[in-house]
Amino acid sequence: MEHLNFLLNPLLGGLIIGIAASLMLFMNGRIAGISGILNGFIYSFSKRAPRDYKVDRPWRFSLICGLISGGFVLFLLSPILFENQSGRSPITIALGGLLVGFGTVMAGGCTSGHGVCGISRLSIRSIVATVTFITIGILTVAIFGGNFQ
Amino acid sequence: MKKQITLQSVNSFFVGFIFAIGLGLAGMTEPHKIISFLDLKNWNPSLILVMIGAISFHALFYPLIRKRPFPMLDAHWHVPNRKEITARLIIGSSLFGMGWGLSGFCPGPALASLPASILSGKHEAILFVATMCLGMILFNSIEHKIGLKK
Repeated sequence: MEHLNFLLNPLLGGLIIGIAASLMLFMNGRIAGISGILNGFIYSFSKRAPRDYKVDRPWRFSLICGLISGGFVLFLLSPILFENQSGRSPITIALGGLLVGFGTVMAGGCTSGHGVCGISRLSIRSIVATVTFITIGILTVAIFGGNFQ
Repeated sequence: MKKQITLQSVNSFFVGFIFAIGLGLAGMTEPHKIISFLDLKNWNPSLILVMIGAISFHALFYPLIRKRPFPMLDAHWHVPNRKEITARLIIGSSLFGMGWGLSGFCPGPALASLPASILSGKHEAILFVATMCLGMILFNSIEHKIGLKK
C-alpha cells in the first residue's frame, strides 16, 4: 500500500497540475508559468514597464493569491506536507532564491512554464531549458551535497 | 471572445488554487523531496512522476485547445513561439538549476508554502520568496543593459 501511494500521489498531483495548466490555456489563453506570472506582476510596478503589464496586473495577482490560498488550505488539511525542509543554512537558501529569481526571468520560465507547459507543446526551447536546469540541479546537489537529516 | 478582465482574474485564482493542490498532493511542497530527486545517490523519482502526470494531461489537450481561434476569455492567444536556443536561455536555466539544487525550491511550491512558513515558524519559504523576488527585480533592472537575445 505504501508503494502505491509513493507512485500514485506524484502522478495524481501532476495530473491536477496538468488540469490547471490546461484550464489556464483554455480560458485565458496563457501559459501557466509561475515565474513569468510572478515577474510580470513585479515588473508591472517598474517605470519602464509597458502599459500591458499594468493591465495584466489583476489576473496575475489573482493567480498568485490562488496559489497562496491553496497552500493555506493544504496547510490546514495536512501540515505534514510542509514538514520536510531542506535543512540548508539561511545563506544557502537566500542565495538559492536569488539565483532562481534571476535565472527564471533570464530563461523565460521554470518547471511549470518550460517543464510542464513548454514540453507539452513540444517547444524545443523548453525541452532544452528543462534538460539544462535538471542537469545543473543534479550537478549542484552532487557538488554541494544532498539533504541533511 | 473579447478580453474579459474580471473573469480572467476569477479563472486565474482558480488555476492557482488547483495548481497548489496538485503540488501538495504530489509532495512537491517538501524541498527535501526535490533535493532527493536531484541527488543521484539517494534518488527519489517523485518529481519526474509529477511531470509525467502533468505533461500526459496537458500535452493531450494542448493541440485540441489551440484548434480554437482564440481562448474563452480573451481575443488572442498569448503563447510564445520563439524557436531559437539562445545563450540567455541556457545561462538562465543553469542559474535557475543552481538555485533549485541549493534550496530545493522553485517559484510555484515556494509561493504555495508561504502560509505554512509564516504559521509554523519554519522560515525557509519566506526567505526564499523574498530573495527570489529580489533576484527577479535585479534581472529586470539589468536586462536592457546586457541586451542578450531572449
